[in-house]
Amino acid sequence: MEDTIAAISTPIGEGGIAIIRISGSRALAIVDAMFVSAKGLPSTYRSHTIHFGRILNEKKKILDEVLLTVLRKPHTYTTEDMAEINCHGGRQIARSVLAECLRCGARLAEPGEFTKRAFLNGRIDLTQAEAVMDVISAKTDRAHMAAEQALEGSLSRKVEKLRQQLLTILAHLEAQIDFPEEDITPALYGELAAELTRIISSLEKLLATANEGKILREGISVAIVGRPNVGKSSLMNALLGVERSIVTSTPGTTRDTIEESANIRGIPVKFIDTAGIRKARGKAEEIGIKKSHNAFITSDLCIHVFDISRPFSKTDFGLLKRFDKKNVIRVLNKCDLPHQLIFPTNMQQIDAVKISTRTGDGISILKDLIEKISFNNSQISFEFEVLINERHSEALERAIKELKPALTDMNKSVGIEVISQQIRIGLSVIGEIVGKTTTEDLLKTIFSKFCIGK
Amino acid sequence: MTKLLIYPKKYQVIVVGAGHAGTEAALASARIGCSTLLLTSNIDTISQMSCNPAIGGLAKGHIAREIDALGGEMGKNTDETGIQFRMLNTKKGPAVRAPRAQCDKKAYQFRMKLVVESQNLLDIKQAMVEELVTKHDKICGVITNIGMRYDADAVIITTGTFLRGLIHIGESQVEAGRAAEPSSIGLSGILKKLGFELGRLKTGTPPRLNRRSINFSKMDIQNGDEKPSFFSFRTPALFHVEQLPCYITYTTEKTKTLITNNLHRSPLYSGDIKGIGPRYCPSIEDKIVKFAEKERHQIFLEPEGRITDEFYLNGASSSLPEDVQLDVVHSIIGLESAEIMRPAYAIEYDYSLPHQLHGTLETKLIEGLYFAGQLNGTSGYEEAGAQGIVAGINAALKIKSKKQIKFTRADSYIGVLIDDLITKSTEEPYRMFTSRAEYRLQLRQDNADLRLTKIGREVGLVNDTQWDLFSKRKQLIEEETSRLLHLRDDSLTYVELLRRPEVSYQSLPKANLSLPLDVQEQVEIQVKYAGYISRDLEQIQRFTQLEEKQIPSWIDYEKIPSLRFESRQKLIRFKPDSIGQASRISGVTPADISLLLIWLKKADTNQTL
Repeated sequence: MEDTIAAISTPIGEGGIAIIRISGSRALAIVDAMFVSAKGLPSTYRSHTIHFGRILNEKKKILDEVLLTVLRKPHTYTTEDMAEINCHGGRQIARSVLAECLRCGARLAEPGEFTKRAFLNGRIDLTQAEAVMDVISAKTDRAHMAAEQALEGSLSRKVEKLRQQLLTILAHLEAQIDFPEEDITPALYGELAAELTRIISSLEKLLATANEGKILREGISVAIVGRPNVGKSSLMNALLGVERSIVTSTPGTTRDTIEESANIRGIPVKFIDTAGIRKARGKAEEIGIKKSHNAFITSDLCIHVFDISRPFSKTDFGLLKRFDKKNVIRVLNKCDLPHQLIFPTNMQQIDAVKISTRTGDGISILKDLIEKISFNNSQISFEFEVLINERHSEALERAIKELKPALTDMNKSVGIEVISQQIRIGLSVIGEIVGKTTTEDLLKTIFSKFCIGK
Repeated sequence: MTKLLIYPKKYQVIVVGAGHAGTEAALASARIGCSTLLLTSNIDTISQMSCNPAIGGLAKGHIAREIDALGGEMGKNTDETGIQFRMLNTKKGPAVRAPRAQCDKKAYQFRMKLVVESQNLLDIKQAMVEELVTKHDKICGVITNIGMRYDADAVIITTGTFLRGLIHIGESQVEAGRAAEPSSIGLSGILKKLGFELGRLKTGTPPRLNRRSINFSKMDIQNGDEKPSFFSFRTPALFHVEQLPCYITYTTEKTKTLITNNLHRSPLYSGDIKGIGPRYCPSIEDKIVKFAEKERHQIFLEPEGRITDEFYLNGASSSLPEDVQLDVVHSIIGLESAEIMRPAYAIEYDYSLPHQLHGTLETKLIEGLYFAGQLNGTSGYEEAGAQGIVAGINAALKIKSKKQIKFTRADSYIGVLIDDLITKSTEEPYRMFTSRAEYRLQLRQDNADLRLTKIGREVGLVNDTQWDLFSKRKQLIEEETSRLLHLRDDSLTYVELLRRPEVSYQSLPKANLSLPLDVQEQVEIQVKYAGYISRDLEQIQRFTQLEEKQIPSWIDYEKIPSLRFESRQKLIRFKPDSIGQASRISGVTPADISLLLIWLKKADTNQTL
């Protein structure tokens, strides 16, 4: 319990406030390193006071203007020294402030860890022990579930592959150490160094991508499709919040696809406004329609727009079938006009959102739906997304920190037992990401590669 | 049914089985001051080396030196009966160097027999134990197969491979604990009845050949080191040994073909053997099958003694039928006319799953009952000896109402061994490798005494002679290190100088060359490793805190809410003694540990559960 822990304590919405909590013996020292204000260092502030100031990163760039609360032990939630940073909402800012805390020496808190400390330090009543345990276990389960989601699946797979490669290197070293009398030919330092270089570079690349979860870095792409003039461009403008694409009442205006990015509930979304799909009249329109179809196929999410003021047509039917995929939101636009569109009764129940780009009705509901679908309808809160990303980043960074000296040492012909120790530590750090331990896997690798048995 | 006789003398400790574990246990117990009885089915085979007549090697050499540091006998026994000594990995760093010795097999066992016979407070009797006497889950004594009951406060079982031992040579099977020795049938049943979970393992041994029939001219020779490295810290550096060579040869294409064509006759491959064998000591069949692309396999010929013509064929363990064995041996270079004296065989035996032990090696089920050695699923004389000395020490301490000792992963290979045994599931016979030790840089063969002799002294096992030798050595090391710290060469202290890889102690201008070599060496090693070790030390501190957090025996994991099913099952099965051990059980997560800590805190304060 000597570590100082930090975590984002609030769920994030657009334009809200995020609170980063820090608890432990180094809490005040850490905020001293990050926080600047006219009033001097936080460690000089009186307990339970709030101060305005700025958070700077290591490059002295201002991350945010914040309110900092200093709480001195023992009258704090955990009974340890604590600090709370109120920063502006928005995922990026909160995460960068947290990252700075970690860089200054805090450790990312485990699910429920603040509560755990509160309990173990006698702050929470003993009769609530079970309740505390429930909190920890529930949060951990959800964090596990979140980690297993497609969100991070590909990262785990990549990490596991690198781990296996690293295991092989270690096996070659350990085989030389533990079996010097065997008739085996483990690889030489030169070969192993080349392989280790490759692994380190892959880890660094992974680190760069892990620093943003896929959703947050790449965002999702949303294709807006539908018949000509149903209001696709208007919808895009409504979602973007400004006039972007040309909106006229003449069909066929948007010839090509138009892409614009927006921030919907904190998620970077790339909207692709497509040409109205109909039988093309002219080459340009034909190309436009092909591109629309392409956009639909490659997008993460598709919004199929209907004009509710026009009756259901054969084209609509065809398009419904064509634009049928897992993540499609059907939107009935122009609901401020008399409703004429009725889906045929022999079709399955079609869920659709009624909106009006002219009045603004339903747009907020649509944004909520976009956010929900982006995270696969799961209850992943920002808390876990951060937990996963930060945890992976932290581990990857630590691993690289161990492995780089091993590489240098290999090139300097330092003792094999020192090098293998460094690689071992790097391996066990990486193992943390995928939940594996080293020794048994190492032995397995050695015995499968080398014929041992004097 | 013979009438039950009760032996008139009551002992404090009884050791069942006089192998490498049993002898260390009996000697430790007696030397600490408890009246001890050593029971063995055959007094002539006390400490017999069933397989390779060698002690040491990587990790095993480390363990042998640790046993010696604690005041055990294995080190001295090896030094005085060794016929070839080699230090392995001399070209690599000190942490991975290890001594190895070929011993005169008979000399080894007979010297140990004499030591055991002449030990004060220790009686040896030839008898096979078939039953255990318990009362209220506490051990009271043992009963032999001829109806004699011996009473004691503690019993240490070290029956090795004898429990329902079954030897396989090809299609033939013989019940035996070892070649030409009867197996122990009843005891397995008794242990099961007491509630112990047993498993089945297998191991094997290669053929022995007659020297006259071997053509050494076709082989490479391997000599011992000019200056032997001894195992015991008490053996004087100038102790002289006349060494014998070993020989290296190879299998041929013919060997491969012979084995492949006869695999169906090997009980391993026909499925007749139920137990699982070790990956690191595969039979020659295993090697041929798993590494089929390898053209030839290395084979070592090791003399079994000075006054015998028997040679041990290292690397040719097998359970193939005798006729195939003969052909296989003849297909090896230099062995074309070899005569087999003793055939290779595989042996299956019962073992007790070691998670049923505390870190002291006392069983969780029966108070005062200890298990040590191959019985716990380990392989190797050194691994057995380590467990034996620990069990012997702890049984004696318990009887004297003193706190028993638990070695940890941070202080010795013995600690790594025991912790691995009680925390992991063993599927093959467990053998120590240096790669199992997280703190390998600290757990060196050259500093075993600095780590452990004080403990040996505290428990009463290290006598004055050993203690004085040790104290002197320690003092010289500390004084010299301190001197180097204050000596300067220009701007650098000598310590900083010595840290450089290219600088050796002897190359230092003001080196004190009159110091014993081992002291010079230790000073150099400590300085060179200091940087790497200091990082380990931080880890060790955290590690130790978790180890010291005990889990009380009355904990009921069923009552703890929120534990995941898998973790709960594992905790119930393994019953860890400490939070540290719990965290190492596979399947138990950090969150589970958090839950445990909270539960324990609540229980602590309530004083109930």
